[in-house]
Amino acid sequence: MSNHASTYEPKSATAKWWDERLPVPRMMHDQFVDFPTPRNLNYLWTFGGILTFCLVAQLVTGIVLAMHYVPSADDAFNSVDHIRRDVNYGWLLQSLHATGSSMFFLAVYIHTFRGLYYGSYRAPREILWILGVFILLAMMATAFLGYSLPWGQMSFWAVTVITNLFSSLDAVIPGMGTGIVEWLWGGYAVSGTTLNRFFSLHYLLPFVIFGLVILHIWALHVAGQNNPTGLNIKTKSDSVPMYPYAVAKDAVALFAFVFVFAWFVLFLPDYLGHADNFIEANPLVTPPHIVPEWYFLPFYAILRAIPDKLGGVIAMFAAIAILAFIPWLDRSPVRSTKYRPIYKWFFWLFLFSCLALGYLGSKPAEGIYVFWARIFTAYYFAHFLLVMPIVGSIETPRKLPGSITDAVLGKSPVRAGGGVPAGAAAAPEDR
Amino acid sequence: MTAYRTVVPLRSALAALATLVCTGAPAIAAGGEVAHIDRHEWSFAGFGGQYDRNQLRRGFQVYKEVCASCHALERVKFRNLVQKGGPEFDDEAVKALAAEWPNQISDGPNDEGAMFERVPKLSDKIKGPYKNEQEARSIQNGAYPPDLSLITRARSVHNEASWYIHVPMMMRDILTGYAEGGADYMYALLTGYKEAPEGFHLAEGMNYNAYFPGNQIAMIQPIPEGGAVEYQENAGAKSSLEQNAKDVTAFLAWAADPSLNERKQLGWTVMLYLIITTLLLYFAKKRIWSRVKH
Repeated sequence: MSNHASTYEPKSATAKWWDERLPVPRMMHDQFVDFPTPRNLNYLWTFGGILTFCLVAQLVTGIVLAMHYVPSADDAFNSVDHIRRDVNYGWLLQSLHATGSSMFFLAVYIHTFRGLYYGSYRAPREILWILGVFILLAMMATAFLGYSLPWGQMSFWAVTVITNLFSSLDAVIPGMGTGIVEWLWGGYAVSGTTLNRFFSLHYLLPFVIFGLVILHIWALHVAGQNNPTGLNIKTKSDSVPMYPYAVAKDAVALFAFVFVFAWFVLFLPDYLGHADNFIEANPLVTPPHIVPEWYFLPFYAILRAIPDKLGGVIAMFAAIAILAFIPWLDRSPVRSTKYRPIYKWFFWLFLFSCLALGYLGSKPAEGIYVFWARIFTAYYFAHFLLVMPIVGSIETPRKLPGSITDAVLGKSPVRAGGGVPAGAAAAPEDR
Repeated sequence: MTAYRTVVPLRSALAALATLVCTGAPAIAAGGEVAHIDRHEWSFAGFGGQYDRNQLRRGFQVYKEVCASCHALERVKFRNLVQKGGPEFDDEAVKALAAEWPNQISDGPNDEGAMFERVPKLSDKIKGPYKNEQEARSIQNGAYPPDLSLITRARSVHNEASWYIHVPMMMRDILTGYAEGGADYMYALLTGYKEAPEGFHLAEGMNYNAYFPGNQIAMIQPIPEGGAVEYQENAGAKSSLEQNAKDVTAFLAWAADPSLNERKQLGWTVMLYLIITTLLLYFAKKRIWSRVKH
């Protein structure tokens, strides 16, 4: 996998026997014990481990919930209520799973913005980043499918609204959109049939995510971790072994994160959800405001900001898809925003836009809310399509430290001739 | 209960702090026609909050004597009334209650293949007066009195804050553990019957309510001024509109979330464990990293 020499030595006859046949212990030792991690990683780098925890927690709670859940239009709502009331610690399991999805997204968004800030998508980590985009997409699909399962009013109407988006394809080929929608529904309306297949897919996708996560970690261990300076590990002093250093730090962050998680699970189990989902699904009554879960709000705002239905759908999917292209859209010679005096401001503006879109997504699509949703949607795309290439080309980065060790020990940056920062002219992967 | 007493000051302090942060912001405008819903003190609010057993018993009395004539409570079983963390009635008392419950359970088929009606047992649901929604609507002039089992969780109070204090208000709710929006709404609704203002067009058979969306509600004022029920001497409170409304709301909050007592007790243990472990891990991490400059 990665280019450091293996230091694993089998200690027992059994270990030696395995090492000659299927060297899993060697791989674990090399990749998760002795693996070199940059010595300057901050706490933002602990979210990879936190996300692994989130995935496993969702799988475990989800599998147990599925033992009690009934995916049918008549019984789904009752079975979730039964889980909360009558299954031993069912109220805890259900709350852990529902809150868990929110926590998963909270962590994944922090993880993504960390990658954006420190240029973790730049060469040689393009594949690693794109795998991350696929994971995000699969997470969104899983969360959307899972939200339908309690079969409350919001579940039902979220499914209705989102699956109906595909009908906009009728504008391309008449009948195609409607055909797709009816194929997804398994009928002419959202029904128990839809619920049953959504349950099946909701059980499948987390294992797809699991596979993607393994590839993501594999790619990470080939390219090595990025770090706040964006410099590569050059000498042994730039890194520390994963165990005990990174592991000790990850453990602190994980427990602090679980504290926040438990706060919501135990004191605010309904806070992140919607009251309407405690009313059983009713195809004849539309809730006054149909809003998705908080983690979809920015994309929902983008969807509604575009006056054309098909255009809105395209914009919403493009908002995710565009992430896959940023390794090539960013033209800056350096990775880390820390050394980018102009781009830094745009980064924070982008973060603000995403939060603003989240707020606007929770409001009705009318008047001033639509106006601002359009402004921030425009900036969302402009950030990637204009700011990244243009600012990256014209900006003069600040002087980079000579190495990670220099940055840590506070040595003055090395100067190349003509005031150009070291490595600024070279391709980032060569520094 | 001890936990509750120690925690309330912290909660009030946080709320006060949040209010302080937000001072200077204009008063939150009442959203549309619906009047602003105040937050009330509930024994089950906040981190250490627990249901008040006497209040749940009084609330059940109000449900039984007032609400049950139209509203079912079918997700709750008679046996739940005995369970810990609820009204905690005696086994025998609930058996007797079930036996005289006016609404029978449809059961069967029996050995001859016929369906029959029977008296509820402890394991049966608390059935409402109507066989189904259609029967309810035909008797209730087209309106459907909903089942009340989840009602306090199925209603909420919206964050009406302007955009610039939206986040501070959210943080206030998260940090103070505000989860009683549904209860606040229920209480407001039950005490919100008023004379319709001048010029308000009230449809035939409807009643004016300051807090109901659209201000027109089919349900007539269920609890009159002065209260609807006669509390027992040792019930711990005097009957009045406000007291009845508060008690029945607390009872319905329990019906919707019967594991609250256990959840919050567990919450304290879990939080303490997580804080201590996080601190220990932090010091271990510091010790380990002291070997390298970073």
